[in-house]
Amino acid sequence: MTGLAIAANGLRKSYGDKTVLDGVDLTVPEGTIFSLLGPNGAGKTTVVKILSTLITADAGDLRVGGHDLTTDPRAVRAAIGVTGQFSAVDGLITGEENMLLMADLHHLPKREGRRVAAELLERFDLVEAAKKPASTYSGGMKRRLDIAMTLVGDPRIIFLDEPTTGLDPRSRHNMWQIIRGLVADGVTVFLTTQYLEEADELAHRIAVLHDGTIAAEGTADELKRIVPGGHVRLRFTDPAGYRSAASALREATRDDESLTLQIPSDGSQRELRAVLDLLDSAGVEADELTVHTPDLDDVFFALTGGAAVPAQPKEAVR
Amino acid sequence: MSNLALAVRDSSTMLRRNLLHARRYPSMTLNLLLTPIMLLLLFVYIFGDAMSAGLGDGGADRSAYIAYIVPGLLLMTIGSTTIGTAVSVSNDMTEGIIARFRTMAIHRGSVLIGHVIGSVLQSVASVVLVGAVGVAIGFRSTDATALEWLAAFGLLVLFALALTWIAVGMGLISPNAEAASNNAMPLILLPLLSSAFVPVEGMPGWFQPIAEYQPFTPAIETLRGLLLGTEIGHNGWLAVAWCLGLAVLGYFWSAARFDQDPK
Repeated sequence: MTGLAIAANGLRKSYGDKTVLDGVDLTVPEGTIFSLLGPNGAGKTTVVKILSTLITADAGDLRVGGHDLTTDPRAVRAAIGVTGQFSAVDGLITGEENMLLMADLHHLPKREGRRVAAELLERFDLVEAAKKPASTYSGGMKRRLDIAMTLVGDPRIIFLDEPTTGLDPRSRHNMWQIIRGLVADGVTVFLTTQYLEEADELAHRIAVLHDGTIAAEGTADELKRIVPGGHVRLRFTDPAGYRSAASALREATRDDESLTLQIPSDGSQRELRAVLDLLDSAGVEADELTVHTPDLDDVFFALTGGAAVPAQPKEAVR
Repeated sequence: MSNLALAVRDSSTMLRRNLLHARRYPSMTLNLLLTPIMLLLLFVYIFGDAMSAGLGDGGADRSAYIAYIVPGLLLMTIGSTTIGTAVSVSNDMTEGIIARFRTMAIHRGSVLIGHVIGSVLQSVASVVLVGAVGVAIGFRSTDATALEWLAAFGLLVLFALALTWIAVGMGLISPNAEAASNNAMPLILLPLLSSAFVPVEGMPGWFQPIAEYQPFTPAIETLRGLLLGTEIGHNGWLAVAWCLGLAVLGYFWSAARFDQDPK
């Protein structure tokens, strides 16, 4: 973990008079997962396209895998693998043929290419579908094939542009497992997503892209600390219990009509236990306890000052 | 790996991919073959008597018209096949897989070269099929030597190469398959304005120079000369010049388009 896998300084890109990226600075240490977070249209995909040599930047000092993007795009290409937002598989040929195509383009010897293709098809649970045209695959299968193809050349740096958008929950969790496995092998992952939850699950560091610049960068915890709105809500049916809980939890906001208490909290186990301990020592039991964590909306509105739209906190009943 | 070795290796990989597409989905190729075959049968069996009467020396019959029309239709077959090239290139460019190729350390031009070689092979196969139909209805070469057969084959390949590079460029500038098919339409309309069906001398005077010097006519006249022993004259050089010119133009046009940032 010595060098930087990705270093961007003052990255700029505009289309006509529309500025998409207005001086983006990013650094990603080797062997880590970095997540670029932002709403649709924030420019996440443009960042990936530029860093993966698909399109050129207007300005910026950009290095990927230690190579300069402008002067040595070929060396960058040899170091990276890309799985874009729209599946980069050849739908007209089978999954296996797609894999062998990649092996040929990485100039693997025939036997080695077959071995690598078979191994990856197995690892991504595509053996049964291997002989079917890729156009007949489900969304999740296409995405798995896409990543399997990206891995054929054994890239050290992988770009994943919204790898879970449009996937069902099971496929999403599969994808998370896959991404964790990649980093365990020492690969650097540059991930874009619209979901804070996903960045939270996976990323070592997160940057929020807004209006063409990085609005905030840090670990998931650091980002969530910027955001108000995380709280625990306790609901009671018994007014007596409600009153004794309210006096035990002095920082709680009371709602006497619905007999609920709101306690500011980051939703961590430590803070939850503190609340529960206070309730226990007061000898009361809440009828319902819900934890509200800030989501991308909260983070985003907090970071950009656009609080006009009320955030809908995600609820998780524990 | 040297740059040339890389180009050869990656282009042959891309060629294999395109041939796989063509083999898996032959309907497009077969549809494009129908046009020249239908025209051949239409002009010989429906219009044949009237057309042969226009051949000049009056006494010509239908078999003379078959001999007259087949060389033009062989070249028209190439024009028709390359419309398929424009459509498949345009389709391909909308696929995510092309973006993947662009981010890989492969020879930059291999994607296009694979399309071109695949399409030229397809053109040759189509020409052989249409030629076989021609022979079946009575086309015979008159005393063409082995060398002349070879030259005829060389001309067909060179012509296919030239039109294919142009068609690749048309495919690259077209946002979708419909647009590609429309943009490539001249490739199949031009033969109708050439000496393929009727001699240029039978056309209005003001139009004759256009018909005579457009790419198809010199190639048709050269092919006629090689297979049927008619006068080639300056048409041989004109045909080769057109082919080389179009191939080089199409190559640089396509390469420049492909090197631009995708949307």
